[in-house]
Formats: sequence, structure tokens, C-alpha cells
Amino acid sequence: MEILKQISESLEKGDFNRVGELTQQALDQGLDPKVILDDGLIAGMSIVGQKFKVHEIFLPDVLLAAKAMYAGMDLLKPLMIKENIPSIGKVVMGTVQGDLHDIGKNLVSIMLKGAGLDVIDLGNDVPPAKFVDTAISENADVIGISTLLTTTMPVMGEVVEMAKERGVYGKVKIIVGGAPLNADYAEQIGADAYCFDGVNAVDCVKRFLGAG
Amino acid sequence: MRPTLRFLSDQLIEQIVSEAQELLSKIGVEIHNDNVTSLLADNGARVDNEKKRVFISRDLIESCVKAAPKAFKLYDVFGEEAVDLSGYNINFVPGSASINILDYESDRIRRPVTSDIVDFTKLMSGMQYIDSQATSIVPSDVPEKISDSYRLYLSLIHCSKPVVTGAFTIDAFNVMKDMQVAIRRSRDELKSKPLTIFSCCPTAPLKWSNVTSQNLLDCAEYFIPVEYISMPLTGFMAPVTLVGTLIQHTAETLSGIVISQLANPGAPVLYGGSPSVFDIRYETTPMGDVGTMMIDCAYNEVGKHLGLPTQAYIGLSDSKQLDAQAGLETSMGATLAALSGINSISGPGMLDFESCFSLEKLVVDNEICGMIQRMVQGIEPKEDFPCLPHFEEMMKEQHLLIYDHTRKYLKSEIHFPGNVINRANKARWEEEGSLTLRERAHKEVERIIEGYEAPELSEEIIMELRNLMETEAKKHGMDRLPVSD
Repeated sequence: MEILKQISESLEKGDFNRVGELTQQALDQGLDPKVILDDGLIAGMSIVGQKFKVHEIFLPDVLLAAKAMYAGMDLLKPLMIKENIPSIGKVVMGTVQGDLHDIGKNLVSIMLKGAGLDVIDLGNDVPPAKFVDTAISENADVIGISTLLTTTMPVMGEVVEMAKERGVYGKVKIIVGGAPLNADYAEQIGADAYCFDGVNAVDCVKRFLGAG
Repeated sequence: MRPTLRFLSDQLIEQIVSEAQELLSKIGVEIHNDNVTSLLADNGARVDNEKKRVFISRDLIESCVKAAPKAFKLYDVFGEEAVDLSGYNINFVPGSASINILDYESDRIRRPVTSDIVDFTKLMSGMQYIDSQATSIVPSDVPEKISDSYRLYLSLIHCSKPVVTGAFTIDAFNVMKDMQVAIRRSRDELKSKPLTIFSCCPTAPLKWSNVTSQNLLDCAEYFIPVEYISMPLTGFMAPVTLVGTLIQHTAETLSGIVISQLANPGAPVLYGGSPSVFDIRYETTPMGDVGTMMIDCAYNEVGKHLGLPTQAYIGLSDSKQLDAQAGLETSMGATLAALSGINSISGPGMLDFESCFSLEKLVVDNEICGMIQRMVQGIEPKEDFPCLPHFEEMMKEQHLLIYDHTRKYLKSEIHFPGNVINRANKARWEEEGSLTLRERAHKEVERIIEGYEAPELSEEIIMELRNLMETEAKKHGMDRLPVSD
């Protein structure tokens, strides 16, 4: 469909006004919101992610594309809810209790949203129980935990333990990230994955959802 | 404001120049070429024919310095402006005339052949921060007497950038000049759009050989720019002090200027050199020595004081490998050179006292050149005043990543290096293969050579160049040139 290609291309350019207009046009033409999402918005965003990985474009370009993604999503979402179309995935994000650093976590949230995922951002200084309770009540697929401090790293393990206690461990995937972490530590505390940057987090979540 | 470095006060420069003039008038310069000595004699210099010494007066020196152009430009093979040698402009040039190459596969130093030079010229075409090429590698698979003209031939057909080169013999100049006229289509066009610079080296102390002084005359006749490469060695073939070495460098370089300007007033010249501290422990001439770099930057100040464009062999290393020593010596030299405003900075790619070239090092050095070019642009406000709107935006949006001001200035304000410089976090670096600098550089070499496109010279010019080269090769006993594609 020509219009889906136009949506994808405008999104790549970060032209958020145009993406909004085109999404509305596509809806007016009677296209299925899920098709517009998958073959228009998400298709464009995947190309953006690839280009970013090989340094063809920079972070601001990705974020502009993400902004264009929201412009389209804002129109599609009410319709998808009405028609009971499930979102492609839901992620609960937050910086652990005792840590106020949220720049890295914010960046990852922006990129997840840009990839078409629903993100519930709990902010910083988030207690372990809040991550798990929110994931359960919101029926989330993934919990994303961030920390910059070595002293608060163990709190991530508490989130994992809490998930086990509530019986959602394995069902809700837990991803961790932040400067002092590595894959070994993630494994040690029982997290499902360590993500080293925003793009990597998007790839990881998509892998868990079976969508990428 | 352009950041600028000075080592010498104006008063010290004037003293150095004055002492150098004193040397040239009292001790004189030894010249092993009758054409040159008679030219000097005709212009009032006193000549001791028996000792081949020429004594040059202050007045003659000063009038010749005045005759030399204050600046000139170089043009690529298509006649497009490529390099502006004036003021505090900086231009990088790979180091020149190495007799060895550091082979990537074996990680050993070996003699280079035609295919190495072709790879080099292709790679040079993709070096975005190095605006001139040089005949950096001396081929071992052709007779020595054509090794100078042959490397120029390969450079001209494979890479469009202007060339820093030089002739090893008097005869070779002719064919090297004919190749340039063939590209420009006329002698006048070559004069108005110089394509090459010839390095001409006096011998320390205060000597000009038959070949190098004749090269000065021949280049001047065709208005082919020269760079004087005076090479005093501190404490050995020059006084041990940096000032003493500078006096000798000044004297040798001034004698070169006198020869060129008497031969043809207005002939373009670069106030250059490759002086060095002498390392008495190893009997070597370290280009990576801090004293060597200080002398380079300081004689550049002398050149600027005389109103001439400058050059130096700086921004290279004495290491035998692409290692930390190679990186630190190269970047320190190149940084100092740029801050000093040396117009033509010769060095990238070179190891082992200017005798070994590395393609991988050239790629790394290209990144150093890029960083330095950003540095000399200095710090300038760019819609920074008033600052309040920027901070209001940041408070509102929580970041400035997609702010108009960011998007407008990101790429000009912040210099992002290429793939050689690794800035991934550890996990990503590991995911991408944990490549070492040497491996990353080699990948870049391969990528750039793969993407190479030959300059679109006309068939007629290519044929003419090939005929010139084949005739020259036959003259020296080689019936077929090595395959160069």
C-alpha cells in the first residue's frame, strides 16, 4: 500500500506532522489500525533502528522518528483499545529504590515507545514491590530496571525475588541495565537479560515478545 | 578565536634570523652544482670555487625572501582547488618516501611493491581529513632510477588529490614534470594551478648536493612548488641547543630560498624541514621526540615571521608497530603542529623514522587529523546568547536531544570520529567482536579500498601518462611495467 510506505518514509525522516496526517488519511481510507501500525509505523521504526546501529544516523534522528511514531500512535491507540486489539507489548520501567539517576532509563523508555511498545514509566527510587505489582495489574510483558550505582545493584535482585514470590517469574521477563552492570551480574541475580544500550533493550524486548 | 601556540618571542626570532644571515655571509653554504654557483655569482654572491662555498649577503637574502610568494594553493588533477597554504590554515599530508611497509597479515616490515602503492592511493582517496596525497611508498619492484617517477605516475592515475613528491635524480625531474603538464594540458596552466610539491633537501651542515640544488632550479623554472627539507641534528650535525639548531635550520632554508628566487622570482616555496634531536643512545633521529616537535613548531614561527607558508615532518612515529607509542607520538606532534599553524603537516601513516608506511596507521591518523581540524576551529558562540530559552526547553522536555538548536549545530559543533575509534560501551564492544585498534583499522582499510572509485581522467591523458612512464621505464631497462590495477 502506497500510503503505508509514505508513513514509513516520513517516520524515517522524523516528520511528525506528516506522519500524523498520513495516519489519519490511512484511517479515513478504511485501513485496519493494526496494519497501519505494523506495516507503516513499526516498519519505518525498524529501518531507523538498523540505520542507528550502523552509525548511519544519530540518536536525535531516532528520537525524532520516535516522536513521529507517537504522532501516529496517538491516533491509532483509542481505536485499537475500542476494537480490543492488543498492543505489541507492555513494559514497566523504573530506576531502583535508592537511586535517583533516571537519564539512562528515560532514554530507554523513549526508544521502547518509539518502537511501538506501551511503556509505564514508574520514575526513579522505585521500591521492588511496585515494579512487580504494576506488572501484574497492568498485565505487562517486561519489567525494565535501571541503576547507575553499585550500592543499589542488589535491589535489582530483590525485584527478581519478588517476582518469584508473586509467581510471575519467567512469565514477566525482567531486563536490567546501567553503567555498573554486565551480563554475568544479570545472570547471577536471575534476570532474563542485560541490555547495554537503548537499541539493545528494544531488540531484547522484541525478542521476548517474539516480534523481532 | 583560533587557538594558537608560540614558542619564540619576536625578539628571539629576529636574533635567530640575524645569526643565520651572519652564518651565510661568513661561513657560506657548500653547493655541488655549477649551474647554481654561477647563478649565485651572477647575482653578486662571493664564490670560492675550489671549496665550492658560496657566501650570501644579508641584502641578497632579504630581497629573495621578499620575492617569494606569501601563500599559494594546490589543485587536484581536475584543476579544482584542494589546498590553501596561507596564514594559519592547516593541511595534512601523509609522510613521504618510505622504503618499507608494515604488512598487516604478517605484522612484519617488508619491502613494498606496486600493489601496495595502488592500495595506498585508493585508500588516500577516502581519507577525508587528509587533503593532499604524497608519494609515500618507494616501490622495490622497478629499477631504482624510475622508482620516483613511477610512484608519481601511480599516484596521479589512481587518486585525484595534489601530490607531495620529489625526484631522486636530476633526470627524473623531466618525466615527472611532463606528467604534470600532460594533466594540465599546458605549462602555463600548470604554473597557475600547481599540482605537486617537490621536497628538496639540503645536507647538514649547510650543503646542497648536485641533485637537490638542480631540482630547485628545475622546479623554479616551471613554477612547481618546493618544500625545503633542512635536517639539522641537535648535538651532532647542529648545536645541541634548540636555538642553535634553529639558527642552522634558518640558514639552510634561507639558502634554498635564495637559489629558488634567483632562478625564477616568485617561484612558490614552503618554509619546511625535518630537523631532529639526535638520540645519542641509539644513534637515531627520533621524529617523535618532544624536542624535535618543538624545533618544528619554532622554525614554523620563523617562517611565518618571514611571511612564508610553512611545512614540517611532524605527526609521525618512530615505533615499528601500530601501538600506543605510534598513537601518542603522532597525535602529540600533529596537535602541536596544528596549534602552531604549520600549513602543510607531513606525517600521517608513517612509522620507524620516516622509513616504514602503514595503511592501518594512515586510517588511524586520519581520525587524529579530523579531531585536530575540529580543535583549531576553536570555541565560538552559536546562538548561545541568551541561554534562557535553551534551559527552559530542557526543563520542559527533560532533554535536548531533538531540540532545534541541537539539530542545527550537532554535527558542526561536535566531531564524531569514524569506526576506528571505539566508543561503544564494553558490552557492545564485546558483541561486535572485541576488535583491537589494529583489527578495526584493517577493517576500515578494506572497506575504503573496496568502495574506491577511480578518478575520471580522460583516456587521452591516461594514455599520455602511460606512454611517458613506459618510455622512461624502457630507458632504464624495464620493458613492461608491473601490473597496477
